Amino acid sequence: MPRRDDINTILIIGSGPIIIGQACEFDYSGTQACRSLKEEDYRVVLINSNPATIMTDPIMADAIYLKPLTVESIKEICEKENIDAVLPTMGGQTGLNLARELFHQGYWERNGIDIIGVDIAAIDITEDRQQFRDLMDEIGIDQCRSRTAKSLLDAKEITEELGGLPVVIRPSFTMGGMGGGIIWNEDEFERKILRGLELSPVHEVLIEESIFGWKEFELELLRDANDTVVIICSIENMDPCGVHTGDSVTVAPTQTLPDEHFQRLRNAAIKMMRSIGTFAGGCNVQFAVEPETFRIVAIEINPRVSRSSALASKATGYPIAKIASKLAVGYRLDELKNQITGTTSACFEPTLDYVVVKVPRFNFDKFPGCDEELSTQMKAVGEVMAIGRTFPEALNKAWQGMETGHSGLGADGFEEFSRKSVRDRLLKPYWDRSLQIRNAFKLGTSVEEIHDITHVDPWFLQQIRYMVSLENRTEGLNLEDLSREAFLELKQAGFSDKQIAWLLSQSGQHIHENDVRARRLSLGLKPVFRVVDTCGGEFAAETPYYYATYEQENESIVSDRPKVLILGSGPNRIGQGIEFDYSCVHAVLAAKELGYETIMINCNPETVSTDFDVADKLYFEPVFWERVLDIWEHEKPEGVILQVGGQTALKLARRFHEGGYRIFGTPFEMMDLAEDRGKFTEVLTKLEIPFPNFGMATNFEEAKIVAKRVGYPVLIRPSYVLGGQGMRIAIKEDELEEYVGAILKTHPENAFLIDHYLEGAIEVDFDSVYDGEQLHEAGIMQHIEPAGVHSGDSTAVLPPYSLSEEVINVMRDYQLRLAKELQVRGFINVQYAIKGDDVFVLESNPRATRTIPFIAKATGRPDAQIGVKVMLGRKLSEFDLSSKLKHYAIKEPVFPFDKFPEVKKELGPEMKSTGETIYFLEDFNDEHFRKPFEFKNLYLSR
Amino acid sequence: MKARIALSDGTVHEGQLIGHPGTCGGELCFNTSMTGYQEIFTDPSYFGQLMMMTYPHIGNYGVHSDYDEAARPMVAGVIVRAFSADYSNDQAEGDLGGYLSRHGITGITGVDTRSLVRHIRNKGVMNAVISSEISDPDELVERARRWAPMEGLELATQATRAEAQTIPAEKSMFKVAVIDYGVKLSILKNLSARGCTLRVFPAKTGFDEIAAWKPDGFFLSNGPGDPRAITYTTETVARIMADGRPVFGICLGHQLMALSQGIPVVKMFVGHRGANQPVKNLIHDSVEITTQNHGFGVTEDAVPADKADISHINLNDGTVEGLRFRKANAFSVQYHPEACPGPHDSRYLFDEFIGRMQAHKA
Repeated sequence: MPRRDDINTILIIGSGPIIIGQACEFDYSGTQACRSLKEEDYRVVLINSNPATIMTDPIMADAIYLKPLTVESIKEICEKENIDAVLPTMGGQTGLNLARELFHQGYWERNGIDIIGVDIAAIDITEDRQQFRDLMDEIGIDQCRSRTAKSLLDAKEITEELGGLPVVIRPSFTMGGMGGGIIWNEDEFERKILRGLELSPVHEVLIEESIFGWKEFELELLRDANDTVVIICSIENMDPCGVHTGDSVTVAPTQTLPDEHFQRLRNAAIKMMRSIGTFAGGCNVQFAVEPETFRIVAIEINPRVSRSSALASKATGYPIAKIASKLAVGYRLDELKNQITGTTSACFEPTLDYVVVKVPRFNFDKFPGCDEELSTQMKAVGEVMAIGRTFPEALNKAWQGMETGHSGLGADGFEEFSRKSVRDRLLKPYWDRSLQIRNAFKLGTSVEEIHDITHVDPWFLQQIRYMVSLENRTEGLNLEDLSREAFLELKQAGFSDKQIAWLLSQSGQHIHENDVRARRLSLGLKPVFRVVDTCGGEFAAETPYYYATYEQENESIVSDRPKVLILGSGPNRIGQGIEFDYSCVHAVLAAKELGYETIMINCNPETVSTDFDVADKLYFEPVFWERVLDIWEHEKPEGVILQVGGQTALKLARRFHEGGYRIFGTPFEMMDLAEDRGKFTEVLTKLEIPFPNFGMATNFEEAKIVAKRVGYPVLIRPSYVLGGQGMRIAIKEDELEEYVGAILKTHPENAFLIDHYLEGAIEVDFDSVYDGEQLHEAGIMQHIEPAGVHSGDSTAVLPPYSLSEEVINVMRDYQLRLAKELQVRGFINVQYAIKGDDVFVLESNPRATRTIPFIAKATGRPDAQIGVKVMLGRKLSEFDLSSKLKHYAIKEPVFPFDKFPEVKKELGPEMKSTGETIYFLEDFNDEHFRKPFEFKNLYLSR
Repeated sequence: MKARIALSDGTVHEGQLIGHPGTCGGELCFNTSMTGYQEIFTDPSYFGQLMMMTYPHIGNYGVHSDYDEAARPMVAGVIVRAFSADYSNDQAEGDLGGYLSRHGITGITGVDTRSLVRHIRNKGVMNAVISSEISDPDELVERARRWAPMEGLELATQATRAEAQTIPAEKSMFKVAVIDYGVKLSILKNLSARGCTLRVFPAKTGFDEIAAWKPDGFFLSNGPGDPRAITYTTETVARIMADGRPVFGICLGHQLMALSQGIPVVKMFVGHRGANQPVKNLIHDSVEITTQNHGFGVTEDAVPADKADISHINLNDGTVEGLRFRKANAFSVQYHPEACPGPHDSRYLFDEFIGRMQAHKA
């Protein structure tokens, strides 16, 4: 059956702002869906309130609504756009919930709108624990024993029935497992049950037998209208049951299941999918397997694309969302082609000849006092995926991409550990469990002992033990004594040159990673690049999707076209999220338009920039110096674009510069100068631009003197940070002492800055593009909250709502002076504080900022692309710079405080929001403006 | 201990020995299954072949006798990228390395298997030799060159059994005569589970001896080698096909049935070996994901409409995967509905065979 001809206009619902449990993977899936449906000549209408998404770019759909994700907005759109069908499976839980609400109102039916890609009745079943349970019983799928409680008393009875604690609780209809977790003891029983009942919109909590410590698996499925089901990817969680899959280290494909049991999982998954309605689309099924008996119990089924399906797409090369969209409009799997090979059928099950490891990224440092123990409620803010030929290689690479300062899984001197610290850390699941396992082996602990404590499957432990054995063999050797064979084994196990340098330095000599690299190259050891081809090499692939490994045959053929390397932004975290993926994608598009071959490097599987058909070539690799340099040396590009990948990319600038590699746009010295507060102040002084009084200090004694000089209140922060990490406001000396202590603990090698804090000042973000002659004023955004609240956490209004023309002109003047002085080519952002009529410069960022996508959406102008094209040598006069913004656009931050109930909700100079929405307003009576305006001072912390 | 693999075209890779020290040779082929190494290594269809696994980590969950497809490993040798000397599986009976050693199978690990796969994919299958004894690459290549080519090779006599054997079913409803060219144990299990008492005959058994057992149906098994070389069974197959009682064939059995009806079988360039091959059932208009293991096959244009209907095709390359014969109460598939390893999507074919016997009896 080919595409349906009875529908014409399709509405896609996006997932809204980035929150924990729902990140940019839905921009990836939504973008694929839009393209996939447009390819079929459908009229695509899109709603999403998140301005930092590629899916909301004008070219992605025929009509785009940047509106709040509410039933009202959707009704309004349906009436205006003559919608025939709605595809709600690309927008995460948000999209599904909206579609469901309208379904239960009878809205879709009344208006003759088809729901495609999902069956609402099916969702109702899968999300209602009891109904799901009954259905599974009916089709003979084993489950954890459980019952639903509607009250505390209920909960007590049920727990007794299940044989007592520990039990697992899961509130019905909450997102990302919110309110869920394990109850270990009586003390926490009442509190956790009551919170669960409260969080559930229907006030129900499921209480379940604990499967803590079992193996956990996930399968990603696709089904077509002909009821053909294929398994796209199988995933094994290294963290056993008890940790939310989003917080687990996961591995594809499964590693420890004999075929018999794997097929039992496959059969169960297919049966489950077929039992929940007849929709065509994607589906994710999670299972627990008891290690001793291989008893399989179903945990849950999600009949939509998910974070796991984004991971599965990147892990296998199979574009799940793209194909799922085609299935939703009637195509059958056997009518579609495998887009990676271009010749074989899309109706097949990908096979891997490599190992994929996903490591979640957390941001606990942003929420002091939060409970860091991992449980069934997701806490990760992002993730890294790594591809290697073996598990050790992939695991080391994942840790190289984490942006936590590590150079692999340990062996980098980054952290100290002791027998006690390792033991304490292993007793419960924490984010760094794999590293602590490595540390435990380093201390001579056995596989059995670690398995007893962590329940991590021995196979994974054996692999990490092997990695440690390579470390031990290498430690203390001379570089010259490291044989080619041993060197190769280290590289094949994913060890970075930096790790090897550290290992060799253990004998007391100092060996730099550059020495290791030089030696490695002299031995002829360099990586080859392999294609992710869905088929284990059985067929030729035409898709340029690569990973690096140390083997014999290179598959990435270098063309003779001029090339641009674009560095991505690594894992999502607070302060560095989807906004940079947005700019990366536009950098690719802009460079392509100017005739370059574009080469993308990134390791975040949730992103659009790592979709295999965005850049001309995709290297799915950590944005880690050694890996990037290897790719540079292979491809020999004309230069690199660093200014769109946030701090991840930018922090490699010095090494590019020192190595003599060309950086497009603003010169390195100037980027560096803008980051260096001391030098930057000299520039401001020279340009006669005012700035708040400040000083530098390296210890508390110095800090006291500086603080007195600049005057309290003061703002303290380590230099060279993004998202205001570690920033605090102190009003008196004892606070200063406390904060200085905290900074020295987390950033011991850093000097820190002490600014006079301009109390009650208005903060303004000014983004612009400079081409050497002309300054393009992209957007001036006035914050509603006072200066002191991080710009990423502020409600920002474009254009300013209460600033005088004089003040704005002063900023324009300063902006131009700075752009000139810093020899900017491309983006420049300046942050201002305005007190009375005085304008102070707080900082300047000569790169694409978090607000560029917001401005682009507000003005309808491709500012990200304009900036990149200017970096590549174009003039602003070549572009249409007019804005389509009629009144005001407001950027509203979204916070994850609901995930950290133990943390006080307060805002300050350290960024805490995970995402943002855009809202267009006509005047200031609108509550989107009034509300934050009324509460502007409420959450400001000191 | 070091080991080497040499291909007949001169390609040589070095790695480490796994299993039994020694030298072995055969046709080098690859399998893309990510699970089920033990089932693959013991599959009699692979007799005389060197099996290269495309998935890097092999040996992870040890070995268990339940996963044997024959009493011993049938492959001539094993090539993997990252052999797991340690394993994790509470139910396992031992490790894969020990198992291979015990059965005298030589293998090699630490080899860039993907480059070898791409090599074969581009140049076609060829013979190779693995050795932990011979270090001279030229000698190894020479040995690979001299190894008997698969084309024209009769191997079923080496994979079949010496004597007929009866396997009673718990609740016996049918008697099925199985002609064993190297039958996989899971095929027998699938038939037994459906109430068939089996009598498994050696490959060279004549029709009269088989018919004397008075079976309700005939099953022609999978097996190794070139089907065109198994001439001793031609008459038996022809008489089974002419008999009128239901006939079901898998893999080599399918090829022999095709040959008996004058449908030619050819050697494929690379063959299909894996557990992810999409097959379209043209009768049900549905798709199943199948396990495959064949280097010979029937092509679409070689099937005359008066001899057979094509019931199944491969969605990747359009090759014939299943036939319904016009002049016989017979059907066959090129792939492996018993799976092991692989998806169970196609096990309905065993039910269909039962259905045919039911219908014939009635």
